Amino acid sequence: MATEAAVAERAEPRTKTKKAPKPQGGTPWWMWIAIAAIVVFCLFPFYWLVNLSLKTGADLGDSSLFPPNPTLANYESIFNNSDFTRALLNSAIISLSTTALALLVGSFCAYALARLRFRFKFGILALVLSITTFPAIAIAAPLFRLWSDIGIYNTLIGLIIPNLTFALPLAIYILVSFFKEIPKDLEEAALVDGATHFVAFRKVVVPLAAPGLATAGILTFIATWNEFLLAITLTSSPAARPVPAAIAFFTGSTQFEIPYGTITAASVTISVPLILLVLFFQKRIVAGLTAGAVKG
Amino acid sequence: MTEATANTGAPQERRSRGLSEKGLAFWMVSPSMVLIALVAAYPIIYAIWLSLHEYSVRVAGLSRWAEPFGLGNYQAALQNADFWNAMVTTLIFTVASVFLELLIGLAMAMAMHAAFKGQGLLRTVVLVPWAVLTVVTAIMWRTIFESPQGFVNQIIGGDTVWLGSEPQALIVIIIADVWKTAPFMALLILAGLQVIPSDIYEAAKVDGATAWQRFRKITLPLLTPAILVALIFRTLDALRIFDLPYVLTKGANGTTTLSLIAQETFATNRIYGLGAAYSILTFITVMIVSFTYIWTVGGNIRGLAED
Repeated sequence: MATEAAVAERAEPRTKTKKAPKPQGGTPWWMWIAIAAIVVFCLFPFYWLVNLSLKTGADLGDSSLFPPNPTLANYESIFNNSDFTRALLNSAIISLSTTALALLVGSFCAYALARLRFRFKFGILALVLSITTFPAIAIAAPLFRLWSDIGIYNTLIGLIIPNLTFALPLAIYILVSFFKEIPKDLEEAALVDGATHFVAFRKVVVPLAAPGLATAGILTFIATWNEFLLAITLTSSPAARPVPAAIAFFTGSTQFEIPYGTITAASVTISVPLILLVLFFQKRIVAGLTAGAVKG
Repeated sequence: MTEATANTGAPQERRSRGLSEKGLAFWMVSPSMVLIALVAAYPIIYAIWLSLHEYSVRVAGLSRWAEPFGLGNYQAALQNADFWNAMVTTLIFTVASVFLELLIGLAMAMAMHAAFKGQGLLRTVVLVPWAVLTVVTAIMWRTIFESPQGFVNQIIGGDTVWLGSEPQALIVIIIADVWKTAPFMALLILAGLQVIPSDIYEAAKVDGATAWQRFRKITLPLLTPAILVALIFRTLDALRIFDLPYVLTKGANGTTTLSLIAQETFATNRIYGLGAAYSILTFITVMIVSFTYIWTVGGNIRGLAED
């Protein structure tokens, strides 16, 4: 991809002010300050959350930067809370099913959009992109009503379906730009050798597109895991509630005695899978996020 | 518009085996289109229907309209001060957070671009706020601002009840949003920075341009498309803001946004018609910006649609 290629040619560092010393092999001092500022800005708030989650009782009331008596009691208590473990399971089922369905259906559509010649391509792509910008509220109101009527209110399937509204267009859009990157020659060769377009797709394109599929999968999974409006609107009990809704429900119940220890422990726990994804797939995620945005 | 000039170029014989190219395209695209029609188009059409058919006064007790349809819900919505307050709150939130995100994102991107060491590490660090769930972001900032455990009051030595005061609550929401999405903005801008060829800078340096001149005359103009896309993208996201105010304040103290008032109306108060009308009005507001977006990235989409 254009961006990936460009990463290779890292432009020479440009100094921000006239007076800054020309870098002579080393990094100028202000650069370290800028880097430190970015790291603190991005990581400190989350550290604060971790810090709180390791405190209990009276310690929660003070604002020390380190837990005076670090303990894992809060983590123990949330994993013994069946509402929370149920919510984790619900989230996993919803996010994985939504992602799998979006990739399965979306990859065919994306391949056709990237490779085959037919009418209304521009229209379809514009439609797909515009749906990713839909406010979820526009479908939450009618579904709230409709799901109660047909009996899938407060069920996992009742959340997987509307999550697809956003996951499918997102997957299609990312996949189209990845399919476009695959050199046409291999496919052409397969076609010349007598393969049909479908066989060329299955045997040549899909294996080559594996990194793109992974990227689309990761981004779709994270988007679905994070989804909140539908989750809170279309569920009414722990049976179907995914984690974001479950946590908001803990906090929302009482204004005064908020169980911060367990809530922060739960918050850290559900963030860990996503942070791990980011650690392992940083390059792919950045490529996917910027895929649609920079070229053009 | 479409590049569907199937009669040029490619050899025709291979189509005799299996499906024709257009036939295959049809079968590959239709499952997605059918699914999109079911999960996106149908609910929105149903929302419009609800907003036109189901009349309900703000007092509970729903009654259907006798007439085939009416604009009563929209009239009620547009005459409601709560709706306009939500609109103003949403707009203030959008403008303030997107502007701050742009500034901070630009600064972060410039620093990351200039850093020769640890760029990969920085990009991972920067992705952390993006990966933290919005709900968790809300809880995190709540613990930072709320006494007794929050340290903000301790640092500034005040005793402001941040989430319980009128402009402060919205400020906390803006800060939380800026934290979560400025890094994302930085990554988009960084990607834009990296496609600027470095020889342009070399040439400018040779010609004696200062760093500031190079930033003003080369970086900014060449970065404008990337910034524009990032801006509109973020604006669209900000306009539908729901999670942060819902978790932080439930809309109290001047933090009710468009999505929040709509959700409250139909889900909490069970006034479906009016709630649907609010939803559609939010939808229209977002779509106006969305069309600007798609128009801006039109070249991009056309590039993807090309053969």
